[in-house]
Amino acid sequence: MSQIVKLVAQRLALGLLTLFIISLIIFLCVEMLPGNFSEAILGQAATPETVAAFNRELGLDLPPHERYFTWLFNMVQGDFGRSLASKRELSELLGYRLENTLFLASVAAVIAIPLAVTLGVLAALYRDSFYDRAVNVVTLSSISFPEFFVAYILILILAQNLGWFPAISNINDELGFWEKIYRTALPAFTLTLVCVAHMMRMTRAAIINLLASPYIEMARLKGLRPGRIILKHALPNALAPIINVVVLNMAYLVVGVVLVEVVFVYPGLGQLFVDSVRSRDIPVVQACSLIFAMTYVLLNLLADVLSIMSNPRLLHPR
Amino acid sequence: MTMPVSTSTFGGQASPWVSRIAMASVHFFILVLFLQNVAADTWSAVIGLLFAHLYSVMALTYWNRIDRTAAGDTVIVTVTLEFVLIAVIFWERSSAWPWSTLFGLGLVQVCAFAAVRYWKDLRQAPKSAWFGLIVVLIYVMVAAMAPVIAPFSETEIVGSEYDAWNNEHLLGTDNLGRDMFTRLIYGGRNTVGVAFITTVLAFLIGGLGGLLAAAMRGWVDQVLSRMMEILMAIPSFIFALLILTIVGTSVPSLIMVIAVLDATRVFRLARAVAMNVVVLEFVEAASLRGEGLWWIIRSEILPNVLPPLVAEFGLRFCFVFLFLSGLSFLGLGIQPPTADWGSMVRDNATLITYGDITPLLPAAAIAILTIGVNFVVDWFLHKASGLKD
Repeated sequence: MSQIVKLVAQRLALGLLTLFIISLIIFLCVEMLPGNFSEAILGQAATPETVAAFNRELGLDLPPHERYFTWLFNMVQGDFGRSLASKRELSELLGYRLENTLFLASVAAVIAIPLAVTLGVLAALYRDSFYDRAVNVVTLSSISFPEFFVAYILILILAQNLGWFPAISNINDELGFWEKIYRTALPAFTLTLVCVAHMMRMTRAAIINLLASPYIEMARLKGLRPGRIILKHALPNALAPIINVVVLNMAYLVVGVVLVEVVFVYPGLGQLFVDSVRSRDIPVVQACSLIFAMTYVLLNLLADVLSIMSNPRLLHPR
Repeated sequence: MTMPVSTSTFGGQASPWVSRIAMASVHFFILVLFLQNVAADTWSAVIGLLFAHLYSVMALTYWNRIDRTAAGDTVIVTVTLEFVLIAVIFWERSSAWPWSTLFGLGLVQVCAFAAVRYWKDLRQAPKSAWFGLIVVLIYVMVAAMAPVIAPFSETEIVGSEYDAWNNEHLLGTDNLGRDMFTRLIYGGRNTVGVAFITTVLAFLIGGLGGLLAAAMRGWVDQVLSRMMEILMAIPSFIFALLILTIVGTSVPSLIMVIAVLDATRVFRLARAVAMNVVVLEFVEAASLRGEGLWWIIRSEILPNVLPPLVAEFGLRFCFVFLFLSGLSFLGLGIQPPTADWGSMVRDNATLITYGDITPLLPAAAIAILTIGVNFVVDWFLHKASGLKD
């Protein structure tokens, strides 16, 4: 058991280090802004006095290392500073947006994961059949599509022609839970289509990999039905790679949400991020990219830890 | 039009020179015959094209019965002939764009040579690979000859906004009244071109870095690997957006940013594959011989890691292409008025709410190219791995 604890602790330490370096990179990127940051923001109004006042307001007159640590400590305490454009306190805005994004990502995950695993198991069960090949072609092409293409096709068919779902998913806190889910449906479907392919193919590959092993042969010789062999014998042992790919796809979901949010005008973090990149609102961009990067790293870390934890050789050492 | 069959009578036994001269004179004769009428009359050009096509198909069908060099020449010359005919149809346009025309012609020649050289492999290729190859070829041709094919100029406003499809504007007009078909063609040139340059750059940086890390090992490997690992820990889309906020969205900075981010993935693959080769005896023998680092990388390692890298090039191109069109779709990629498939979707997206599919065409163009490249890569990997089914 101690071996597992050691491995997990190692991964966690490494993850923390990565997070620290990422925050440093994000900070340094802004430092490297060509020319003077305040002059770029103030533009025409950049007299020496206004620049000095602006610098003082943002704390830009301090040396870089001091500013970095103040910035980092504020971030850790949940103080993200103010937006340059709206002068609003960022913490509330980011919190609300992040909640929406996580809501969208989890709706997509709730649809995608069972779907992908079921499709994968079925494809392994009926491998090389027409169904298997059809699913293969469909998933391969959905990987090749740009996200916005999938999104607009869904809008065209489900919102425009059939009128089942709203094409624009503007949600707010007043809406009830089901209403919120109804309005989030199309972006969630889009994300599902984009990430199901990878998960499904991994599930299929992981199960087929096991089908050649002797204990499956034994189960087959006992006369068990193929469905039972796959569900009871192969699936539990294929869980580690499947969990791994599922979590990695969650990481992808959180990042891939950016484009989809823009298409559906969904009030999430991605939308905010893109807007502030357009208006070059640096504090917001910094905060958003830190949050995205953090989520990504943490989910990757989770995938690592889970795959260590689900390794039977490490779980039950001799 | 029965020439290939009659050539088969002196087929395999004839000296290449005799058959070549015979073939060449036949080609010349046909060429003159058609070119006389073509300029005056489009229909005879079309018929000429059909015959030229039939001619090359026959040459390939009777491949085994006629002299191979002669058959190869036939293919090359007929394809050129076809192309000259097309060029003549577009004569006024093509004389305005001599370089594009020349480039397109050169490309057709190269393709014809490649087709003859690798005909054996091509014949065994599955249908999906053929589909992919043809798609890629069409895209490259359209990109190369964009000004010759496009009926209008890229940024010219030629009608009212959001015109429906009609005879003058095949796919209607866009949100500013520019011709959609023209923009689609130019968009291919811009998006595919930028994505291609970016991928090449990513391979130069990442591939060279990976091979260097594998060949030198020690601290060089350590430093490069750790750097790449950290870059890879940040989601690339987010990182690209962050950097583009700072350096601004111009085409050179787009190319640099995406190339560096993608170079990390290329680096990982190149290093992993090269590591397996570096430990082999012939590399050791070369270094004992006193060969320099550059020699070892170029002549010992590179030839042995090329197949996976070529396949990766195709996949990487797809990623870069999707990445770039995603950025353009957000309005942060290639900037207007330059035509670009991603931004074309965004600019005309309103039409979708009226049930018009025109804005989906650029997106579909992106999707078809990605699928095509994927098919070709699949086939290539299958061949390179030496699998036989």
